[in-house]
Amino acid sequence: MLSLIAAPLALYGAASLLGIAGGRRALAPVYLLSGLAAAATAFGAARFLANGAMPETAVLPLGLPWIGAHFRIDALSAFFLLVLGLTGTLTSFFALDYGRHDDEPGRVLPFYPAFLAGMSLVLIADDAFSFLVSWESMSLASWLLVLATYRLAETRSAAFLYLVMASIGVGALLLGFGLLAGGGGDFAFATLRGSALDPWKSGLFFALAVIGAGSKAGVVPLHVWLPPAHAAAPSHVSALMSGVMTKVALYGLIRLLFDLAGPAQWWWGAVLLLAGGLTALLGVLYAVMQHDLKRLLAYHTVENIGIIVIGLGLALAFRANRIDALAALALAAALLHVFNHALFKSLLFLGSGAVLVATHERDMEHLGGLIHRMPVTAFVFLIGSVAISALPPFNGFVSEWLTFQAIVNGSLLPQWLLKFAVPAVGAMLALAAALAAVCFVKVFGTVFLGRPRRPPAAAAREVGPTMLVPMAAFAALCALVGILPQTVLGLLLPVSAMLLPDSPGIDLSNWLWLAPLGPDHSSYSGGVILLAVTFLAALLVLVIHRFASDRLRRSPAWDCGFPDARPETQYTAGSFAQPIRRIFGSVVFAARERIDLPAPGDMRAARLEASLHDPVWEGIYAPTARLVSLLADRLNLLQFQTIRRYLSLMFAALVLLLLIVAVSQ
Amino acid sequence: MPIFANIAYDTAHLLDTFVLVLSFALLYQRRLFAVLTIYAWQALCLAAAAAWQAYAQDAPHLYITAAIALVFKAIVIPLALHRIIVYLNIHRSIETALGIGPTMAVGVGLVALSILLVLPVTAAAGALTRESLAAALSVVLLGLLMMITRRNAVSQVVGFMSLENGLILAAVGVKGMPLVVELSIAFSVMVAFIIFGIFFFHIRERFDTLDIHDMERFRGEER
Repeated sequence: MLSLIAAPLALYGAASLLGIAGGRRALAPVYLLSGLAAAATAFGAARFLANGAMPETAVLPLGLPWIGAHFRIDALSAFFLLVLGLTGTLTSFFALDYGRHDDEPGRVLPFYPAFLAGMSLVLIADDAFSFLVSWESMSLASWLLVLATYRLAETRSAAFLYLVMASIGVGALLLGFGLLAGGGGDFAFATLRGSALDPWKSGLFFALAVIGAGSKAGVVPLHVWLPPAHAAAPSHVSALMSGVMTKVALYGLIRLLFDLAGPAQWWWGAVLLLAGGLTALLGVLYAVMQHDLKRLLAYHTVENIGIIVIGLGLALAFRANRIDALAALALAAALLHVFNHALFKSLLFLGSGAVLVATHERDMEHLGGLIHRMPVTAFVFLIGSVAISALPPFNGFVSEWLTFQAIVNGSLLPQWLLKFAVPAVGAMLALAAALAAVCFVKVFGTVFLGRPRRPPAAAAREVGPTMLVPMAAFAALCALVGILPQTVLGLLLPVSAMLLPDSPGIDLSNWLWLAPLGPDHSSYSGGVILLAVTFLAALLVLVIHRFASDRLRRSPAWDCGFPDARPETQYTAGSFAQPIRRIFGSVVFAARERIDLPAPGDMRAARLEASLHDPVWEGIYAPTARLVSLLADRLNLLQFQTIRRYLSLMFAALVLLLLIVAVSQ
Repeated sequence: MPIFANIAYDTAHLLDTFVLVLSFALLYQRRLFAVLTIYAWQALCLAAAAAWQAYAQDAPHLYITAAIALVFKAIVIPLALHRIIVYLNIHRSIETALGIGPTMAVGVGLVALSILLVLPVTAAAGALTRESLAAALSVVLLGLLMMITRRNAVSQVVGFMSLENGLILAAVGVKGMPLVVELSIAFSVMVAFIIFGIFFFHIRERFDTLDIHDMERFRGEER
């Protein structure tokens, strides 16, 4: 198996070198090699999972001389490798055509394979050192990919923010590993697994792990870098960053909390639950307010990370209370959502890339009517929208349904805090799911329906088959997983057996009905739902045509009080968002609307001004930035001292350190 | 119990203490020529300490260290500095940044800190090593203290050289320290001395003084 991973890594290396040497001419080989490598990864990982997932390890004499580099493939890493490989394959083929539209392919080509290789290495690393090195190379490669559009000022600020947040995250992980390893100096995961920490130390480790992995995944309030960075990258890279890199971060969280940290404490689950609920709700509220297509999708990534984190929090809480059957259910829900989100979010980002290629527009207020110009893109984007809105029979519904199955059993938890928190988080999740549907009605309605709002949208042309086929494949996978979720859930059984050895895993005995807790409990069947939906829809069409109107009528379009049929009279994205902004935004974002009326006799137009405030940015980040710059100003004095003062400072520092050593003995 | 039961220990301890006491004398002394003389005496004691350790530990390579200390530190460097002072005509008394009394008090505090620090850490080592290390660390810290309490560049250099004496003292006190370490320390000090010397002439040429206080004024940073 490890040899199966080595081949893709070699291919990534070759592709990266080609990208450096070849420039624009190397575009096809680079993406072909990357796609091939990703496909090999996916194939190998799927076969590994299907064959029972016996862990395999290897120690290579790389890295620090006395440590070496440990690698290991087990069920957990194989599952994430499957997600990575599947998404990477289709995205690479999409990029074969899409990449030609990049302004400067030379800034993308060398780093794209390196990014995929970095993520693969994180997934197979088996000691803290190689884990952190791979993690950092993944961050750096994606940072360079974000910088591909460095000529835009907003890209540069997004990249800077990303770099700062990535450094904070990896710093937290570094401290966490240090805490876990203690003074032993052996950083292999096999050793770290056995380390038993004091309660307060393990609590600190938990906090560091959540900050480190959560900042990469985009958990509120560490999400601020994610939407600008994901939106600034080229679309196929955005698909990988949103679809896969956030998942690799969650892999880190699962590896640290479920595998390395030893027995969990119940309050870890509570913290993750609340963070997840907050992330889901705030993420989707931000998304509803957005009118930039890619930024909106990136905020939905934040929301979906929240849903996954809720599942993980439930799994931790159940595991800490030894209710392993429900822990397995919550874990399966979270991991299935990992898989699903990678599929539909990649599909949606690729769709936004197709729209971008066709119209050069990201602002939804400038688009419209693309369903006539780009019917295939519109159809697959619709499937992605339905899937992310968690509507049956697509895959998003299955994983959110499983999460809710775990939530309704939350009353079995003995701690009162959790008894109360779980239903509250369930309500937040339900609200988030509903708002996501609202948001995608807005997206699809504004971008694809109606009539073009600007000339570029009117002149759009459907993209070529190289871009359509990967999107269609993602859409087909969304439908397949929605109708037959047992296929993916079956691959998850080894993961559950590894992390929760006392539980048999969820019940998959019935191929038609998914009844995770056994036949006596609630069940779902995507196939039956699909049949029912098809049957009812056909019946409805029949009834309407039979009894309501079987005659063709022609009437003026948009004549419902708007005889003037200019595009500006259409419902805009802003109008869609306005009710939500009034209801939720006034509380969360301090949204205010102000009407600016001209004085009598003044001829200028009246204005309606809506203002939003980001509570996370203005409450946490802006004060922190002010504090840092204040301290920097104060410390600046140290730059202009005399030699003797410098020596005195060094002397004082030395004596202070010696005093600390003397006192601590 | 015979008087000279443990003469190896007693003699080494005595020589270490000489080096330490001369460090205090360096802190006390205000006149440049006297500072140089005391520095030469300190280097001589260091050479004696190294030679005694060579004899006591039966480690012949320490004789080389002793010879280096004797030739360079006790004779060449003081003579060279002496010539520089005469040539530059700066043989006045030195202004100190901190009064002599407080400086001595701080020095005593530093010695106490060294002992507190070294004795518990080296509980497993022999008594001789422990005492030597405590004395050596004190000499290092006193050298640093001299560097920051003097306003004259020459006496700062002497402080640095005396700090380095402390390092050599630590090196010879520990059994099994390879010669190459001591040699490299000695040569780095030689290089540092040459660079300092060149700087003296340049500073003097440019500013007509070696008083650091005056140079700060040139930088416009007098406070």
